[in-house]
Amino acid sequence: MSTPPPTPPTSGWRTWGGILLIPILAIFTALVIGAIIIVATGADVVAAYGGLFMGAIGSPRAIAYTLVEATPYIFGGLAVLIGFRAGLFNIGVEGQIAVGSMCAVIVGAFVHLPPGLHAVVAFIAGALGGALWGAIPGWLRARTGAHEVITTIMFNYIAIRSTDYLIKVPFLDKASSSQRTPFIAEGAQIPFLFGADNRLHAGFLIALVAAIATAWILKRTIIGFEIKTTGANPDAAHYAGMNVPRTIILTMALSGLMAGMAGAAQVLGLEHNLKASFSAGYGFDSIAIALLAASNPLGVIPAAIFWGALRNGAGLMQLNSGISINLINIVQALVIAFVAADQIVRQIYRIRSARSAGITLSRGWGR
Amino acid sequence: MQHFFTRERIIGLIGIITALALLWLVQQSVPNGAISTLRIPYANGKPQDAPLIDIPLPTALTIYVLAGLLVAAAVWLIWGKRADLAPAYMGGVIAVVIVSILLTAIVNNRTDIVDMLGRMVRLATPITLGALAGILCERSGVVNIAIEGTMLFAACIGFIVSLAFGNSWIGLIAAILAGSAIVMIHAVLSLYYKTDQIISGTVINILAVGVTGYLRTSVILPMEAGGNHGAALPQFDIPLLSSIPVLGPMFFQHRPITYLMLIMVPLVSIMLFRTPWGLRTRAIGEHPRAADTMGINVNRMRYFNVWISGMIAGLAGAWFSLEASYNFDDVMTNGRGFIALAAMIFGNWTPFGALSGALLFSAADALQIKIQGFDFALPSQFVQMLPYVITVVVLAGVIGRARPPAAVGKPYEP
Repeated sequence: MSTPPPTPPTSGWRTWGGILLIPILAIFTALVIGAIIIVATGADVVAAYGGLFMGAIGSPRAIAYTLVEATPYIFGGLAVLIGFRAGLFNIGVEGQIAVGSMCAVIVGAFVHLPPGLHAVVAFIAGALGGALWGAIPGWLRARTGAHEVITTIMFNYIAIRSTDYLIKVPFLDKASSSQRTPFIAEGAQIPFLFGADNRLHAGFLIALVAAIATAWILKRTIIGFEIKTTGANPDAAHYAGMNVPRTIILTMALSGLMAGMAGAAQVLGLEHNLKASFSAGYGFDSIAIALLAASNPLGVIPAAIFWGALRNGAGLMQLNSGISINLINIVQALVIAFVAADQIVRQIYRIRSARSAGITLSRGWGR
Repeated sequence: MQHFFTRERIIGLIGIITALALLWLVQQSVPNGAISTLRIPYANGKPQDAPLIDIPLPTALTIYVLAGLLVAAAVWLIWGKRADLAPAYMGGVIAVVIVSILLTAIVNNRTDIVDMLGRMVRLATPITLGALAGILCERSGVVNIAIEGTMLFAACIGFIVSLAFGNSWIGLIAAILAGSAIVMIHAVLSLYYKTDQIISGTVINILAVGVTGYLRTSVILPMEAGGNHGAALPQFDIPLLSSIPVLGPMFFQHRPITYLMLIMVPLVSIMLFRTPWGLRTRAIGEHPRAADTMGINVNRMRYFNVWISGMIAGLAGAWFSLEASYNFDDVMTNGRGFIALAAMIFGNWTPFGALSGALLFSAADALQIKIQGFDFALPSQFVQMLPYVITVVVLAGVIGRARPPAAVGKPYEP
């Protein structure tokens, strides 16, 4: 018996510190560069970032709004993350959200059901709509090899054009002067938690449950194991007897399901109807959140709340300092760049490189 | 294990469904005995002049014949198990759909078909250039999904510089330089830091949306309000050639970037397949280790190719803001960078193949513009969808037959 090999700690503050260090430094660095841009345009950094901070978490109402903003990002981040785990890159969250919200609003406004049940059915309809919209690119990938990066983007455009048509023609609210669908039935609404005043709705709680459920699926279930194995090495998964094409389709459906829930929660909990030419840009942000969460389903929650805070605070930032809201987009893109290429952050702050099992997405365009 | 849905069955099925959809379209919206007239005018004729020739086609019968051909070809494809012909069949299906929609839209009316063909070449410009940029990258082993973002960024910078100097030519040069600059982020992330190339491309796409949105509200709009203005790049008609009927308006009555595109397709093709640089590029894309052994500096060459591809994508970006219109809008590239990648795959990573793929997509775009003035059975949103649907269908039909460079997406560590 020789001495046991030194095993790296699998839990404890060291690993958690290591996991959190990079995202936090990435955010910090991005904010510093954002400050440089603000100074370069001659505005007041303190006013800008002060406004951002106060707008995001300066009052109970601001915090509630931040959580409202974070809700679709939690779902969207989970959608991208589930794909990542199987080695799939779902850029189609935007379109899946559009389809999900469309399905939810159709059921919510045009089907008659008892209150309560109506909300549940409408929510499920939205989730399934998103799942279907995700499953089609998955099926194309599994059966023909068409790369999901391109097909999901194309499906975004198709979804946005289709919903535009559906809102403007068959499901138009003819009583209204603006181009939108009718409001959903009161019984189909997801209830507000603290009254309609601060807008925080139960969809946020559903999002938290979804994050926990995703963690459980990935960690404890057979399909979760198949997803992870397919992502780590599709050949090995195939030789182990797993049905890789089926796993790909299922992963994309599950991913679309999350995105569909984002759309459903947004419509049933917050908007209560759907306007023409709505485009929230959740798709790209969801990628950012999945990256920021380091592919950990529970990590999606703080990442999404941070993102929601940036979005929510941007308004007051613009008001206080005259800096365009789009500055937030730059900061967010920089965060993604620094999280994706963590070597840059490590180099700046002289952190030793810990070899982590990264995800591989670019397998080329073929099968 | 055999799947029921083999490639030729899927493609054949898509063709048959398309044929049925066309029959439905005719039933819905073509009156009996209707005639659609395609007009071919003289090259420099005015709309009111007598045409060179008018081609009257019986609308319903023509579409029935085209749909019948699709079904017959699909049956042959499936029974003969000719998966190798799937791409050609796909192209045929798309062409039939475009012609049928055009005929249905102009029923009992006539339209200038040459005008549509000319526009098709013009609209193919950014897609082809984007595809050429993709080819240069991927042939050397680097996946570049950042073309969309590169084009958007270049369009924005080109427009700003053009406004500042009141000269679109300087703007054009600025766009090319901007494209080559932003794409270097992708090069450094993926080649030096060995970030996943899909991720680093996505980073540029997101960054471009943020930066250009910021620049539009805080630079372009104030400049325009402050009286800065300019004009789009001018059109040049090539003497003599431009007055050939059909071919003149198609190829010789364009603006500079379109001409550059038409020149660059053969140029890149020759460079890629007939020069030492091209051979080295293809070598490092297929087998970098072997190329390294032969004394080629793999990563330096990849940096160079990504840089050049950024310039070409920058040129494509300038098309949006300096040639097609003199304007910059948020996300004005509208997915053309991704469609360019589909064209590249459709063309099997060759310049001429990419051009033909780009023409398929731009034909759908040109069709959409053409039938705007006519009363058409389908809502406009569905016609606008066409390029995107075609992209998906092309990818599904062609991939697997198409063979990407072997080392694409893999960082090389000497």
